[in-house]
Amino acid sequence: MTALLTVRDLRKHYGAIRAVDGVSFDVAPGEIVGVIGPNGSGKTTLFNSILGQIRPSDGRVEFQGDDITGMTPLDLARRGVGRTFQTLQVFHGLSVRDNLIAAGQELCGSMPRRLFAPPDAGLGEHADHLIERFRLTHVAHLPAGSLSYGQQKLVDIAMAFMPAPRLVMLDEPCAGVNPSLVDELRELLLAMNREQGGSFVVVEHNMDFIMRLCARVICMVEGRVLAEGAPAQVQANRDVLDAYLGH
Amino acid sequence: MNASSSTVIARPRRPAVPRSRTRLALAAIVVIAFALLPLGLKSYGTYLCSLFCVYLMATFGLNLTIGYAGQMSLGQAAFLGIGAYIAAIGMKAGLPFFAMLPLAALACFAIGLALGFPALRVQHHYLAFATLGFNVLVFLVLRNEEAITGGTFGIRGIPRPSLFGLSLERDLPYFWFTLASTLLLIALLGWLLRSPWGRAFAALRDNPIRAESLGVNITAYTLLAFAIGACCAGIAGAYFASLVGFIDPAPFNFTASLLMLLGVIVGGAGRFLGPVVGTVIIVLLPEWLRFMQNWYLAAFGVAVIALMVWLPGGLLSLPERLASRRIGALP
Repeated sequence: MTALLTVRDLRKHYGAIRAVDGVSFDVAPGEIVGVIGPNGSGKTTLFNSILGQIRPSDGRVEFQGDDITGMTPLDLARRGVGRTFQTLQVFHGLSVRDNLIAAGQELCGSMPRRLFAPPDAGLGEHADHLIERFRLTHVAHLPAGSLSYGQQKLVDIAMAFMPAPRLVMLDEPCAGVNPSLVDELRELLLAMNREQGGSFVVVEHNMDFIMRLCARVICMVEGRVLAEGAPAQVQANRDVLDAYLGH
Repeated sequence: MNASSSTVIARPRRPAVPRSRTRLALAAIVVIAFALLPLGLKSYGTYLCSLFCVYLMATFGLNLTIGYAGQMSLGQAAFLGIGAYIAAIGMKAGLPFFAMLPLAALACFAIGLALGFPALRVQHHYLAFATLGFNVLVFLVLRNEEAITGGTFGIRGIPRPSLFGLSLERDLPYFWFTLASTLLLIALLGWLLRSPWGRAFAALRDNPIRAESLGVNITAYTLLAFAIGACCAGIAGAYFASLVGFIDPAPFNFTASLLMLLGVIVGGAGRFLGPVVGTVIIVLLPEWLRFMQNWYLAAFGVAVIALMVWLPGGLLSLPERLASRRIGALP
């Protein structure tokens, strides 16, 4: 099967610091891949290099066979690549429903057409469906900025799924989420994967979450891929244990 | 995953465009009352009402740029001036008002588009200074290019238009004409802000990085926010020129831009009707305070400081503020 995302020998250097140092991996259509690693191992830099937030020093990124290296986040969004950020990134002045519509509307038709489109850009029903899916119905009319951290996190994640992207890259989706909700968040992501059929790449520190969510896990240390494989394999890898526990 | 409901009392900023019938009826009553107000006023009062409408057009445009799209601009008076001079020069040359009006609007749209480019590189106070520099530049051009603009002597004898053969030369018909034009412009802006474009402007204001990752063309929307805001000021400028009949560079210096910014902030930036309240403050309040004679400007300054301290969200945030206090006072 042709890979949806192909990363080859990707590098990002800041002077002598090699934040990402020759990372290569593939993501198949519909696959959920986890990226783990201790703090400062280069996971977020890898994400940002793939997603156009920063320009990689070297290497190549392909999406559906096209070279997307160094493309802007805008171009990537138009190609069907969605993402969430490590920190909360919602539109705090907009209601939850408007946040979701805003997340999807720009990929519907041309800019002049959107000026004459209905106020909800024809996405109201889809937004309501996701709001229900993420159990945000009771706060749908409230400004996102007035919600609790956990609720904003759900809005943040729901926004990434609004345009039904082919690839979603989630940067620490469990960060700040109540531990009792982590299992439900995992179930939700699995359901979104089944419903929308996209591929996910998930950076996460919560090992239990990632081991139960992902079919394949990549462990990064000091900007490089230390181990890659099925969750159980990676978890049992001696080098990975050393990297995490300093054995 | 039932997340707990929010305890913060707040209101979504975007659906600030009034939609309910009650609000529409209330707005209609206020508009009719305002339209009839000059019947009981002398000429200067009617002039102030027309001036209020002119500034309203400019501050509504500025509210789109600042309040909805989150860009800073201290150059709105420059666009008012450009619109006024284009209309004045054209009308003095014998061209009709209705030919000069779209020309003023288009010219300001194009220049506003160009002024938006610095906003793609700098933000906040840096952008404020970039736009302020533009205002100073325009002011100097208006003052020094005497052959075109009349310099400090200005341009005199700017005629008022006629509409379908009806002369608008007298103050009252011109006021009604300006009021109707202002309402039309406000309705157009309301429609634009309720469209997906309005939501995209708000996304740009709240979080440009996230907006871009969701496909919002932040370059296009930033430029458009400036261009549409400038276009409104250009239209206001054309009405201003015909209203006063004489223009010189003085009303278009950067202090006028500061005053318009004040109007947007005092009313409530990002609230659809904020500029209405704000323009009352900047145009009419100083006149109402004239009974204080030499102290009236000092009183105006103190009133504005007090407003900013107690209501940083603008006067239209008052009901929410009172509601949150009421809830806070509950046992």
